[in-house]
Amino acid sequence: MADKNYDNIPKEMFEFANQGEKLTDKKFDTKPIGYFKDAWLRFKKNKASVFASIIILIIILYAILVPLFTFNYDVTFMDSRYAKKGPRNTTLRNIGIADGGVTSEYSERGLIKTYAIGMGALDVNGTGDIKLSDTIGNDLQPILKIKKEETKAGNTVYTAKVDAYLEVGFIYEQIEQSVYAKILEWEKETGLKVLYPLINNNEYNNDPLDANCWYKTDSKGTPLAINANGKEMKISLSDNMQLEDNYKRDAEGNPIYWEYAGGGNTSTAEFKVRMLYYNYYIYKNGFEPNYIMGTDSQGYDLALRIADGIKLSLLIAVFVSVINFIIGAIYGAIEGYYGGAIDLAMERLADILSGVPFIVVATLFQIHLATKVGAIPSLLFAFVLTGWISTAANVRMQFYRFKNQEYVMAARTLGASDARIIWKHIFPNSLGTIITSSVLVIPSVIFSESMLSFLGIVNLGGQEGTSLGTLLSDASSIWTNYPHLMIFPAIVISLLMICFNLFGNGLRDAFNPSLRGVED
Amino acid sequence: MAKYVIKRILLMLFTLFVITTICFMLVRILPRELPQDKNLQAVIQARWDALGYNEPLLVQYGIYLKNIFTEWDFGTSWYISQLTPAWDVIIGRLLPTVLVNLYSLLFSIPIGIGFGVLAAIKKNKWQDSVISTLVMLFVSIPSYVYAFLVQYFLYFKLGWFPLTVYSLADAGGSWFTPKMFYSMIPPVLALSFGVIAGLTRFTRAELTETLTSEYMLLARTKGLTRAQATTRHALKNAMVPIMPMIISSFIGILGGSLIIEQIFSIPGVGQLYVNSIVQRDYDVFMMDSIFYTFVGLLAGIVVDISYGFIDPRIRMGER
Repeated sequence: MADKNYDNIPKEMFEFANQGEKLTDKKFDTKPIGYFKDAWLRFKKNKASVFASIIILIIILYAILVPLFTFNYDVTFMDSRYAKKGPRNTTLRNIGIADGGVTSEYSERGLIKTYAIGMGALDVNGTGDIKLSDTIGNDLQPILKIKKEETKAGNTVYTAKVDAYLEVGFIYEQIEQSVYAKILEWEKETGLKVLYPLINNNEYNNDPLDANCWYKTDSKGTPLAINANGKEMKISLSDNMQLEDNYKRDAEGNPIYWEYAGGGNTSTAEFKVRMLYYNYYIYKNGFEPNYIMGTDSQGYDLALRIADGIKLSLLIAVFVSVINFIIGAIYGAIEGYYGGAIDLAMERLADILSGVPFIVVATLFQIHLATKVGAIPSLLFAFVLTGWISTAANVRMQFYRFKNQEYVMAARTLGASDARIIWKHIFPNSLGTIITSSVLVIPSVIFSESMLSFLGIVNLGGQEGTSLGTLLSDASSIWTNYPHLMIFPAIVISLLMICFNLFGNGLRDAFNPSLRGVED
Repeated sequence: MAKYVIKRILLMLFTLFVITTICFMLVRILPRELPQDKNLQAVIQARWDALGYNEPLLVQYGIYLKNIFTEWDFGTSWYISQLTPAWDVIIGRLLPTVLVNLYSLLFSIPIGIGFGVLAAIKKNKWQDSVISTLVMLFVSIPSYVYAFLVQYFLYFKLGWFPLTVYSLADAGGSWFTPKMFYSMIPPVLALSFGVIAGLTRFTRAELTETLTSEYMLLARTKGLTRAQATTRHALKNAMVPIMPMIISSFIGILGGSLIIEQIFSIPGVGQLYVNSIVQRDYDVFMMDSIFYTFVGLLAGIVVDISYGFIDPRIRMGER
């Protein structure tokens, strides 16, 4: 049996564990993982959120880069004759997408009229003898494809896909004589025809104001052929169809291209001319109409307008989010840290403010301030007035959680001031939740802004820029005929909302340490 | 409990009073416009004088409050519905708003809870991932996009439904005719997507939490089947936060949706609000603002109180 006398163990039996060695804390071999590093590591694992952030980045890059890489014109470029036209790109057109095409139904008469635009455009010499089959597939023929031919109530109805840009066809315009000369020169240089013969205003012209009625028709618009005896014969649609032109001609039978319309000397005299708008556009601007997303309701390039809208909507959202963050953090910190009567009074104030419906605030601010400080600042005021409350409530709760913890007590014992304890000790601990709620403010602001614009309470549209909501609201009454006006902004706004929500949720999970290790 | 409820209601009335006061001041200092019509102009001018619209602001406010408390008179609609009391105007618009939203709620609550339960039971299986992904999409997409999609597919592509809600005359003079109900289906659908998605997400979150709690383990140990344990214990407990949310949405249907009413031209409270701004009909605007504020505050109170009724463990007003 061993000696059980533990009280008197002789000193010699003991021995220092680390004799001679100096004992210090060992340095970590690994790098320490801080709060944000940890959050980042977990955020990276959340694939949906990473994907969403990439899409957000792409959208932001789009908003920044597209205006930079549009060399030909800027966002103020507008062409009202090409308003509400669909997507068109001369390169992609060859493979059948973005051809500016609109599918609609035509009567035989309407179809011939549209075909005739192409036929007239290719009739460069004004002779009038051009066959329909020669123009099919040509770049100036508006009709791209006949999709369907059916009989409805005794009439043949054609469903055709038509290039909406070419369908504009011919226009009458008054230009100065010097411009006329310039166009003629340009025509020679490029081989593109802008000026076309004027049309006779006789009984065969059923609409003298319409520059597209260049062929002989009866009063209803059915094309006619007049034989030598003056007998009228109706022309019906066929591949070899030829139309009889109704051009103004001089005594020798040459077509007349201009008419004096008033004005001074040889350079300022006004000429009335008839021109093919598509080529005139090229003459005016030096490039073909290429609008990858089409044009908006006024004739601006929709792709640029959307880039502008994204910029404005995002700027407003981020600005609101930052301001809310600042106000909410300060307000909530004071409430939560001091508590008691201060808390009660400040809570009451926040309660009252949060009772005001946002829509009412926004409306009142718009009515009162929009004329004085502009629509955007008054919208920002409205967002900020009630927006910070949820952030403040969040911060307040975090402060209640942390303010009685030991490290705060330790700091206070060491003589730290209130401000130091608030900002240096407690606030960083609650930063994660606050950042998350600030990020989630962004989609809600984008939504509210688009809603207010849509309802017409706020108007952010202008020559220089627009918001996504304004684009939608412009489209709202006419989008059924021009779906692209609605589709593109709606896609962008939906993407922004989805991605910011996913991004925010990812942040929330990443900043929540209690979820560490829960996910696989 | 009663003390707490009374306290909350008094606080609500105070808040309502403050907001109304601020709103009134801001609205009354706006310049008023007279209509073009000469006769009407004289009538309205005379009524404005009689109603004290040219008195100092505080006197005006006194008159406004006095009229509300003695005659329940919230002012007059000058333009939208000429010279009828603002209260009558808004009450007349209430029914279509309530109907559309009520249909939408009745449609979406069962579906939303159903999907939520399914996702929670099949947590981390494919059903759950599908539902969760769709929910994420549907929660984020703005309601007007649904409205356009619904209009596009149900009206333009398929031609099954009318573009907008029928007017009262077209539908046979009542809001309850089958024809009216039929024309209300598109807005109801457009409203429902978001509600269903929100409810699904909420139900899933709550139910997954209760499904993993210890009393569930106990219930299974006692010998209940999974289905029994889920319906009798988990679902009941998950309903504690879900029910108040549903109750508050039933109050929210009074407010309706501005945008859906605008797109489908439903003659409801939301459309009235937008019209009152466009036509500068300030008394109606005031009335509508008070109404929206009231509905919002009421929903908040009802949610808080309903917690106490639904879950006996929660004692209201205790610190």
